[in-house]
Amino acid sequence: MDSMYREIILEHHKSPHNFGTLDPADYTAEDTNPLCGDQIRVDLRVENNIVTDVAFTGRGCAVSIASASMLTDMVKGMTLDEVRAITKDDLLEEIGIPVSPARIKCATLGLNVMNLGIALKEAHTHEHDGSGS
Amino acid sequence: MAMQLATTPLDLDRIRADFPILTGPSPEGRKPLVFLDSASSSQKPQAVIDAIDSFYRESNSNIHRGVYHLSEVATGLYESARETLANFIGAADSREVIFVRNTTEAINLIAHAWGRANLKKGDLILVTEMEHHSNLVPWHLIAELTGARIEAVRLTDGLEFDMQHYYSLLAQQPKVVAVAHVQNSIGTINDIKKIAEHAHTVGAIVVVDAAQSAPHLPINVQDLDVDFLALSGHKMVGPLGSGVLYGKLPLLQAMPPYMGGGGMIRKVKVDQSTYADVPARFEAGTPAVADAVGLAAAAQYLSEIGLDAIHAHELELVHYAMDRFAEIKGVKVFAPANRENQSGVFSFEIDGVHPHDVAALLDEENVAVRAGHHCNQPLMDRLGVVATTRASFYLYNTRDDVDRLVDAVIRAKSVFGVE
Repeated sequence: MDSMYREIILEHHKSPHNFGTLDPADYTAEDTNPLCGDQIRVDLRVENNIVTDVAFTGRGCAVSIASASMLTDMVKGMTLDEVRAITKDDLLEEIGIPVSPARIKCATLGLNVMNLGIALKEAHTHEHDGSGS
Repeated sequence: MAMQLATTPLDLDRIRADFPILTGPSPEGRKPLVFLDSASSSQKPQAVIDAIDSFYRESNSNIHRGVYHLSEVATGLYESARETLANFIGAADSREVIFVRNTTEAINLIAHAWGRANLKKGDLILVTEMEHHSNLVPWHLIAELTGARIEAVRLTDGLEFDMQHYYSLLAQQPKVVAVAHVQNSIGTINDIKKIAEHAHTVGAIVVVDAAQSAPHLPINVQDLDVDFLALSGHKMVGPLGSGVLYGKLPLLQAMPPYMGGGGMIRKVKVDQSTYADVPARFEAGTPAVADAVGLAAAAQYLSEIGLDAIHAHELELVHYAMDRFAEIKGVKVFAPANRENQSGVFSFEIDGVHPHDVAALLDEENVAVRAGHHCNQPLMDRLGVVATTRASFYLYNTRDDVDRLVDAVIRAKSVFGVE
C-alpha cells in the first residue's frame, strides 16, 4: 500500500521550513486539533496585500508539521485573496502524498489556522472602522 | 483480585474461527488483520451476529403492551436478556439491570437522576485522575447544576490508585466515589471491593465504570458491594449501542427518572405524570431490543469460555508484550508497575514520533491500534504527554499478534530514524 511517510514528509517534519514566530506580525492565530491535541501557531507579515514573510510553530504529528511547513513555502509572495482561496485539495496536491481520511484534519490544520488569523484580523478591523455588520 | 487462577488455556483456533472479521480475507495489498483496539470496541462472534439476525427475522416487534403473540415473544426475549445480564454481573434481582446505550449513558443517568435528588451545594464528588471522560464530564455537569464540588484521587508513581490519598479525601465525607474498575489506557486494575468498603464507612455511594472490566474479568456486584456499575456491551463482544446500568434496588427505587417518555410512566395528565416502577422507569422510549438480545448472547458466549480464562490469557499476552517492548530502545511503556494489577491494555510512545504517526505506520502493517488521549486528558497530563499509542488485547489475540505489533513498532522507529 501507498505510504504517507515518504521522504518529503519526513524531511519537512525533521527540519520544518519557516519554523518560529514573527514579531511584530500583521496576522497571528493559534489553534488546536481537539482530536489529538496538535497545536499550531501561524504568523504572517503582509505589505500591500502581499505576504512578505510567514512563520509557524507548534507541536504535532509529521503530517501536520510537514503540511504546515510546505504551506508556508507556498504562500510567500501570494496576495491575501490568493491565500484565502487555497482549498483543501490545493494543499493536498501541493503535499503530494496520499493523506488518509482520518488524517485530513492534520494536513489542513496549518491552513485553517492561517485563515483563522486572516479572518480574526479582518473582523477586528471591520469592527473598528465601522464597516462590519 | 488480580490473582491468577489455574485455568485451562483458551482454544485460540476455535475462538478465532468464531469471529468472521478475523478470519475473512484482508483488503488487497494488506497483511492479515491484527486487531489491537478491543478496549475501544471489540469484534463480534457469529453467535452474537446470529442472535440479532434471528431476532429481526423471527421475533421483531415492539415490546410490552402488544397484545399479540409476536410482541409477547419479543418482550420475553428482552426480559430474558435482562436476566442473563443480571447473572453475568452477579446481581440478585434482574430489576437492578437497566438497559442503556453504553457506559456513558449509564453514568449520565446516575449522575443526573441520583445527583439531582441527592447532591447539594458544597457536597463532595470524588473521582480519580485516571477516569475516562465519561466518568468525569457527567459529574461536572451535575456539579454545575447542584453546586457540588469535585476532588480527584491521585495516582501513585507506580500508576495505581493512591489508597493513602483516598483515605485522606474520605475524611471530607464525599457523597459519591466514582471510579473505574480497569483503567482504559494503561490497564491498572483497581481494588473496587476495598474502595467500596471504605466509601461506605463515610456513607458515600460507589459508582463503578466497568467498561474495561466487564469484558475481561469476572464481576460480582454483590461481592464487590458497589452501588452502581456501568458497562458497555460493544466492548464485550456485544452489539454497538448496547450497555447496562446496574444499581442496588433500593437506590434505583428512590431515584427520579432521567429521561421522560413512553414506557416509563404510570399515569400521565397534560401537566403532570407519575412514574413506572424500576427498571421501566429508566427505560423511556422503545429500547434497542435486538441489541439487548445480542448483548445477552455475548454474555453467554463469554461465560461459556470463562472470564477467569479470558483474563489469564490477556495477562499472559500483555506480560509477553511487556517483555518484548523492554527490548526495544527508544520506546516508553505506560502501565502499572505491579504486573499483577495489569489488564490487557497498555500505552506506549516512540521517542520523538507523534502517536498518530505511530498508529498510521502500524496501520500500514495492518496492525490496528488507537492513538490520542483515549478520553483520558487528566491522566495524560499526569503522565506528561499529550497523547499515547494504545494496544489492547482480547480473547482472540495471540502471541503472534504481539510479535506483529513489535515488528511494526521497530519498522516505525526506523522510518523516523529513531535510534
